[in-house]
Amino acid sequence: MIRDLVTRSEQAATDRPGEEAWTLPIRPRRRIGYWLVALVTCLCIALLIASLATNKAMQWGVVGTYLFNSQILHGATITCELTVFSMILAELIAVPIALFRLSGNAFLRVVGYLYVWMFRSIPLLVLLIVWFNIGLFYPRIGFGIPYGPVFVSASTKQLVTALDAAVAALGLNEAAYSSEILRTSIRAVAAGQRDAAKALGMRSTVMFRRIILPQAVKIAIPPLGNDTIGMVKSTALVAFIAVPDLLYSSQTIYESNYEVVPLLIVASIWYIVIVTVLTIIQSLLERWMDRSMRSAARPNVAKLAAGSLHSREAFGAWRTVPGLGESETDT
Amino acid sequence: MSTSPASESPAPDPLLTARDVVKRFHHNCVVDHVSLDVNEGETVCVIGPSGSGKTTFLRCINYLEKPDGGVISLAGTLIGYKIDKGHLVELRPAALARQRAQIGMVFQHFNLFPHLTVLANVIEAPLRVLRRKRSELEDEAMQLLADVGLADKAHAAPSQLSGGQQQRVAIARALAMKPRVMLFDEPTSALDPELVGEVLGVIEKLTAAGLTSVVVTHEMGFARHVADRVVFMDKGQVVETGAAQQVLGSPEHQRTREFLAKVL
Ligand SMILES: Nc1ncnc2c1ncn2[C@@H]1O[C@H](COP(=O)(O)OP(=O)(O)OP(=O)(O)O)[C@@H](O)[C@H]1O
Ligand SMILES: [Mg+2]
Repeated sequence: MIRDLVTRSEQAATDRPGEEAWTLPIRPRRRIGYWLVALVTCLCIALLIASLATNKAMQWGVVGTYLFNSQILHGATITCELTVFSMILAELIAVPIALFRLSGNAFLRVVGYLYVWMFRSIPLLVLLIVWFNIGLFYPRIGFGIPYGPVFVSASTKQLVTALDAAVAALGLNEAAYSSEILRTSIRAVAAGQRDAAKALGMRSTVMFRRIILPQAVKIAIPPLGNDTIGMVKSTALVAFIAVPDLLYSSQTIYESNYEVVPLLIVASIWYIVIVTVLTIIQSLLERWMDRSMRSAARPNVAKLAAGSLHSREAFGAWRTVPGLGESETDT
Repeated sequence: MSTSPASESPAPDPLLTARDVVKRFHHNCVVDHVSLDVNEGETVCVIGPSGSGKTTFLRCINYLEKPDGGVISLAGTLIGYKIDKGHLVELRPAALARQRAQIGMVFQHFNLFPHLTVLANVIEAPLRVLRRKRSELEDEAMQLLADVGLADKAHAAPSQLSGGQQQRVAIARALAMKPRVMLFDEPTSALDPELVGEVLGVIEKLTAAGLTSVVVTHEMGFARHVADRVVFMDKGQVVETGAAQQVLGSPEHQRTREFLAKVL
């Protein structure tokens, strides 16, 4: 055993680099595996693209003719509008719901909890159909005194269009999810920030608006962006209540000319475009948030820096005071 | 004693008074009947082993922790309560905020607002709480930043500053509210040793200028040099209090002696 060890260490000694090692140039290690994986991946992707491009069922010519069809483009704008308005409605509801859930008042907490519980439980499609048929529940809507006289009223069917019903359903549903994102983002702001704001005499409204919210929003933007992108595709459900969005428009076209696959491809291309734009907006927003720094900019810095009262000699003088042991003699 | 000049004029009322303050966390008595008087212009250092309740006591003073017993008053006004028909009634949040505005606090971990520049950190509270004019505040803030040696960092982000610089900004931020009393909670214990001096230097200058302050610290040299009085706390109680020289130089209590032997 011991002899084995000895011989091995002798071998190791012969492997030891000589003096000349210090002067040798460095050559990068060959990464054969890396390039092999890259080659195989590219090959697979190329095969997939080729098979799709040459696939007769795809009918790329038909895709080309309908890509900029006016009905399709109108549908795409409806999809964008639905996404934007639903998200705005969702956030308008989500902020108070999130605050209710964080409130010191137990009743508000319960209200917030019930909202989230309800709207996360009910399927979006059910919500959509209920809102579309809201006239069945409340045939007329008006202003007046509850159980008293009504001043103005109108038929619900005329007041609430299919588009309104869609925005209401999508917004109310998303509000439940968004409020959870906001709630956790607010809670994620460091406790020390609250302490500092309170100690400076800020009331809770000022503290929330000026200190907590700006930091919480920064935390909330990636998950809210994620939800917005999810919303783009949730809007496709409005086909059930005949809102002429992107998917519904392509459906109406293929129902008359039976070119199902190409029209679904047209719709998908536009969904990809919308999501890509949103992704870019999200990353710009994130970058802007990282850089933005609210400032009170008035360029009187140089003047004061020159006349600084700070003097290193005066500061830290206590350090030169004799330690406790010696001090007993000089007191 | 009766012939000494001090006894002829009545002693001035202390600016800050704590009487029998008690704070419990889950039946664990963290602050146990602590009383403390701080006179105008006085600097009181609080020392004691880790976990002795120093931070908690300090947070009770400005009601960041609600005491379970005892009262605290600033310039004769109760903190957190008003007297109503023979009862103590808890103040409404707005009134409590107004009281807190008179008490400055500097935290162990600075707690600067990361989304605001240094200058904006300093003027935020006087702007929103005292509703003073921005232009006036900016001039004052620049002066304060110059006083703590950071005029050239006014437009920097807090994250671009060293710990010592951040803590000096935190001090300027608290001073911008023109508080009647300042509470410092271990202002240097999160700092690298070479940055401790710059922060303590600022505090020393402020106390020398007559700022009333309570400083929780582990820096015995600083306490000895700057404190008018030193309070030694252990297990939530005040064990010993007196002049800095006396408590740190020749402590009466065994527990104080043991603590000092460990830290010096
Ligand atoms: N929010 C809280 N909930 C429960 N226990 C707490 C809380 N805050 C403090 N404590 C406990 O109270 C005790 C005293 O804590 P405190 O922070 O006041 O001590 P300290 O003297 O400041 O110590 P250190 O020198 O380490 O800062 C500790 O045992 C701590 O665990
Ligand atoms: Mg502490």
